Amino acid sequence: MVNIDMRKDDISIVLCGAAGQGVQTVETLLTKTLKKSGFFVFATREYMSRVRGGVNSTTIRVSSKSVRAFVDRIDILIPLSEEALPHLKERISPQTLIIGEKRFIEVLPNLKGEKIEIPFEELSQHIGGKIYSNIIALGAIMRLFKADNKVLHGLLSENFKSKGETIIENNIKAANKGYETADDLLKNHIFKGEFEIDRVPEVANDYIIDGRQAIGLGAIAGGCNFACFYPMAPSTGIGTFLAQHALEFGMIVDQSEDEISVINKALGASYAGARVFISTAGGGFSLMSEGISLAGMTELPLVVVVGMRPGPATGMPTRTCQEDIDLVLYAGAGFFPKVIFAPGSIEDAFNLTQKAFNITQKYHVPVFILPDQYLIDSYYNINTLNIDALEINKNLIKTDPSYERYRFTDSGISPRGVPGYGNGLVDADSHTHNECGEITEDPIIRKRTVQKRFKKLGLLRKAAIPPEFIGSKNFKYLIISWGSNYYLIKEALEKLSRDDVAFLSFKQIYPVHSSVFEYLIKAEVKIAIEQNPTGQFAKLLENETHINMNHRILKHSGYTFSVEEIFEKLKKIIEGDENI
Amino acid sequence: MKISSKKFDLDDVEISWCPGCGNYSALKVMKEALTDLEIEPHELVLVSGIGQAGKFPHFIKAQSYNGLHGRYLSAALGIKASNPELIVIAVSGDGCTLSEGGNHFLHTIRYNPDIVNVLHNNQVYGLTKGQASPTSQLGFKTKVQVFGVINEPFNALAVAISLNASFVARAFVGDIDKTKDILKEAINHKGYALVDLLCPCVTFNRVNTFQWYKENSFYLDEAHDPLDRMKAMELALDTNKLALGILYKNPSRRPYSENVRVYNEDKRPLYQRDLDKKKFNQLLESFK
Repeated sequence: MVNIDMRKDDISIVLCGAAGQGVQTVETLLTKTLKKSGFFVFATREYMSRVRGGVNSTTIRVSSKSVRAFVDRIDILIPLSEEALPHLKERISPQTLIIGEKRFIEVLPNLKGEKIEIPFEELSQHIGGKIYSNIIALGAIMRLFKADNKVLHGLLSENFKSKGETIIENNIKAANKGYETADDLLKNHIFKGEFEIDRVPEVANDYIIDGRQAIGLGAIAGGCNFACFYPMAPSTGIGTFLAQHALEFGMIVDQSEDEISVINKALGASYAGARVFISTAGGGFSLMSEGISLAGMTELPLVVVVGMRPGPATGMPTRTCQEDIDLVLYAGAGFFPKVIFAPGSIEDAFNLTQKAFNITQKYHVPVFILPDQYLIDSYYNINTLNIDALEINKNLIKTDPSYERYRFTDSGISPRGVPGYGNGLVDADSHTHNECGEITEDPIIRKRTVQKRFKKLGLLRKAAIPPEFIGSKNFKYLIISWGSNYYLIKEALEKLSRDDVAFLSFKQIYPVHSSVFEYLIKAEVKIAIEQNPTGQFAKLLENETHINMNHRILKHSGYTFSVEEIFEKLKKIIEGDENI
Repeated sequence: MKISSKKFDLDDVEISWCPGCGNYSALKVMKEALTDLEIEPHELVLVSGIGQAGKFPHFIKAQSYNGLHGRYLSAALGIKASNPELIVIAVSGDGCTLSEGGNHFLHTIRYNPDIVNVLHNNQVYGLTKGQASPTSQLGFKTKVQVFGVINEPFNALAVAISLNASFVARAFVGDIDKTKDILKEAINHKGYALVDLLCPCVTFNRVNTFQWYKENSFYLDEAHDPLDRMKAMELALDTNKLALGILYKNPSRRPYSENVRVYNEDKRPLYQRDLDKKKFNQLLESFK
């Protein structure tokens, strides 16, 4: 009998197979069924840049409490191809239960881990063929969690609605077959693998939203009505999401000929008063750089998402990193103010995108959102996205014949009109211009326009989102990080369980909130954690504060940090420090 | 009686073109065409890129968007798509439109936004002082093209017809009246209207002068059917004698702002619209 010490309240399941094998369908049904059964769920994907074949995996966590970070640990592994075990061998431990076809589980005979053969394919022959084998596997997993079979049946009916009654019935049969097979194995004591995870009934009513949907929803909630993009991983899905909801919300969603056109169309639309949103990744953003400086010069509102993947150039299209701060921070000729956000959670992705629209409409500066592939491709259950309190600020004035678009004001912000609203004239110009937008080479006006831009940067600094402080006030060690490392570090710190370690997490990268000084001054040891080769954010903070970091924990393999990895590296640094 | 086109004049503006430049006539004819069509300055958005022609919006009273070199058609498309009530005229030269902005030229034709694209064509670079442009003739000598132009000239009209542009015309600024008629038809056309405007540069192009254009062009007569695409293509490809007038029209193409459907039921421009929170909450429910 296989005997595994089951973690009672936190199970990590990994599905691994080739692209095009339908792993995503299983993953979606699995997480939805478990969520509706009252479990907290988290899922994240790593995949190759190909449509068929290769080897991809999804890590799913199921727990009685909120889990929102990637772990290396695998409790249950369902290999769906011969490549699965070699691909995941570093993550497999003696505690890993490997369930599946004989030919997939016996690829590496010396591999630790407990193996249970279930002939999914053979079982599927009685139902209608190989395509049902994944759903049989799904049914088997459901049995281990004692998930509600009715919930799964409902989801299967919904998911295969367009395929007709027979297909729905076969899928339900397949799920039941998997359920029964696992049940038999348990009853016959072939293995002991039943989980006793507490259920939280309220979770059943939660939302399951991934990073791309959260950004898309944030854009809609921000009043977006003109979105434009050129397909590029990891951001393509954001544009796809918006396109699918375009008519519902009266949005124009356009796939343009190139990123240069994307940003210039968006700025034209913004000039005419549309609330514009564009999304891309590092390579495409490089093409937009000229347009970004046009946004700076014309003071046209613009929200830009730059999904981060490893570069340079084409790099690794479907992998993750956090290495585009420098690119975005310095994009565009000349000096002009901008705002950079980096979401650390699904809620952040939604809230920051929504907020970006109001910030750009208020200050007339480009606002950037930097998610990474890991966040974009991750999801978990969340309780609420409160939109009732959300405001949509247009900040538009009706113009009259005396209107001047770039009037100098004390704040640096000029009241914004759009053509067609009132009978004034609204001019936008890529040249240095005077208050009404006419070309000028007057040195005094040029100086005043630079001052105008400085004033706005000052206002933006004051309005910056402060970093979130986590931990005891009496810290010695301070971890500084940003973006999607948020939950990875939080969980690693829970494991570390020390009251002299605190964590300062930034969701606004630039301009940096002034409270950073007091934290950095107070910390004896400052440890920056980032997924890029140089510590781009650490460098930015060092430049701004003239306070240096003591350690940098950097990763740049193209694969996200895991909780365990951060835990080990922090432990080593802190123990090393104590031994001095 | 002639109505004054003064409403499009700007006070205190110093025009920075060379004396004798074809652009002066282009400016005059544009103001007159707009006046004839009873368009008011605030109803009109003039969009341009960079170059001598790109300065156009600065010398005429209207809403104006003087963007980046080569990118003006993308901007014009975004403006018109966001507020179809605005009249959008995009003006720039052969370098801006066909060289730096070649890709946008091609794709804007595919989108068919309801804009007028006046392509000031002088077959030379003016602002950067006399280099060849994509429409310069083979053998045209400059300080850069020291042995003469070796690259095949860009035939904007033939390209536009091949992409099934919905309105393709050529005009010559040396003839104010006929150019005005063509421009007015272009403005009244629903969809993308290209006007290749022969507009001599008196400083850097001593080959393609006013006189040269006069001698090397002819007007299409009433026998020409602008719905005949093959004939239009034949005329566009004949660069020995330049056909003036409306070469091609395709009334069956719908403009972009109709194709995107967002104005089918709600005619309001985008800036007037608000988030439908009820619909948003419904969408959110689908994630449960």
